[in-house]
Amino acid sequence: MTTSTASPPETQQTQAPTGEKKKSTGFKFKTYIPAVITGLWNTFKHILKLDGHKTFTLNYPEEKLPVKKGYRGEHRLKKDELGREKCVACFMCQTVCPSVCIRIIAEEAPWEDRDKRPAVFEIDMLRCIYCGMCEEACPCDAIELTETYNVVATNRHAKVYDKDRLLSN
Amino acid sequence: MPEFFLPLLTPILVFGAIMSLVPMLVLGERRIAAAIQDRVGPNRVGPNGLFQPLADVVKLLFKEEIVPAGVDKWMYFLAPALAFLPAAFAFTTIPVGRGVQIADLNMGVLFAITVTSLGVYGISLGGWSSNNKFALLGGLRSNAQVISYEICMGLALIGVLMVSNFFYDVEAGQTAAVVSSGGIVELQSGSIFNWNIFKQPLGFLIFYIAAFAENNRLPFDLPECEAELVGGFHTEYSSMKFAMFFLGEYIAMVTMSALTVTLYLGGWDPGFSLPEGFLGTLISIGAFVVKVLILLFIYIWVRWTLPRFRYDQLMGLGWKVLIPLALFNIFITAVVCLLMG
Repeated sequence: MTTSTASPPETQQTQAPTGEKKKSTGFKFKTYIPAVITGLWNTFKHILKLDGHKTFTLNYPEEKLPVKKGYRGEHRLKKDELGREKCVACFMCQTVCPSVCIRIIAEEAPWEDRDKRPAVFEIDMLRCIYCGMCEEACPCDAIELTETYNVVATNRHAKVYDKDRLLSN
Repeated sequence: MPEFFLPLLTPILVFGAIMSLVPMLVLGERRIAAAIQDRVGPNRVGPNGLFQPLADVVKLLFKEEIVPAGVDKWMYFLAPALAFLPAAFAFTTIPVGRGVQIADLNMGVLFAITVTSLGVYGISLGGWSSNNKFALLGGLRSNAQVISYEICMGLALIGVLMVSNFFYDVEAGQTAAVVSSGGIVELQSGSIFNWNIFKQPLGFLIFYIAAFAENNRLPFDLPECEAELVGGFHTEYSSMKFAMFFLGEYIAMVTMSALTVTLYLGGWDPGFSLPEGFLGTLISIGAFVVKVLILLFIYIWVRWTLPRFRYDQLMGLGWKVLIPLALFNIFITAVVCLLMG
């Protein structure tokens, strides 16, 4: 066991220096021209996209990479079948949030099936670290992370999303 | 009236063509570079990115013009113009088509070689006057490089002149030396095998390698050398003055390609006998342009293939390899001429 594992590195060590020395003093290397032509042919294959070379660039705004499953992008507040927000203002997400970016002010719900609903539900997207803890903590399945990632704003206030913005996400 | 303007027409057309070729060359360089690196390149401005050069020029014009403290103002402002003018100037003696030449001087080839090497003044003055050590080093390197490679260029040229005059003597029975670029092209016309590249293959190789070094193009772009000299001689230049250096470099590329075509690739000769009259002239201009474009493509192709030479390797290649080879080329040419004549 020990002998079989020890022998291959030895042969590699003895072979590697001679191989490299040959490369840097060989006829092909010293005269430049054959090496240059090899290189030129190599880049020419790239120009003509031979040998399975292909363009890797994605024309971004028109083409997009498919978002991986489980990607955590912007938040969304869900609605139930009656069109009301599912959130019951239990403060679980606000409590669990590690970056303290969720601000909730509760009010009394006008409906029979729950006591509270959020009057204000704000997420500061610039503080958010998109960890998904709010989604996991939510007992009503009311908040989730979407796959939206490419959202820009021209000032910081626009990145504090209120309830309507999150419901429409 | 038309007779008065006719001599003006050729210079205007030729320089207009060069000046409009340069932006397309920049775009071409970027697109070819992208293709070699498996990218797309600029394709946003206009159809397929065709108007990208316009955007570049507008951007450069509106950039802030910065003159650093401690520069030698007179030379600092002079250098970009000096980098750009000689290259354009050398184009006067190059025949771009049958009978289309701004000035067919007696010593046209020598004139072109001399004037193109004046371009180094712009680079070294720019480096000297910038009050910046990187720029100074770039300028110095450019000087050393041009001096070294000018020699092998001149020696390779001797081979061409020997061959031209040898055949000139035999065929026309004249003893006058042909040093005019028009005459050299005339001697190469008729058949593709009259081209000097077949008589002087080694000389062509030496000349073309030296042309790369003269134009400071990779693998010999040591004056610029982004890796170790920041930007080399144009480190301290911004806005339109930087654009002038850029323009000068590309025009020098066009001029060098045109000179190589004139000397070795038959100039405007398309490889078959041309019809008489205006049509023949047009075909000859087309053949010349196609050859120049192919050489320019090789310039770009080589740039994005080879890494930069180290400084000692550059000097070693110039003095220990190319100059002896060029002398050997002259020797072989002389022996062959003696044996044949």
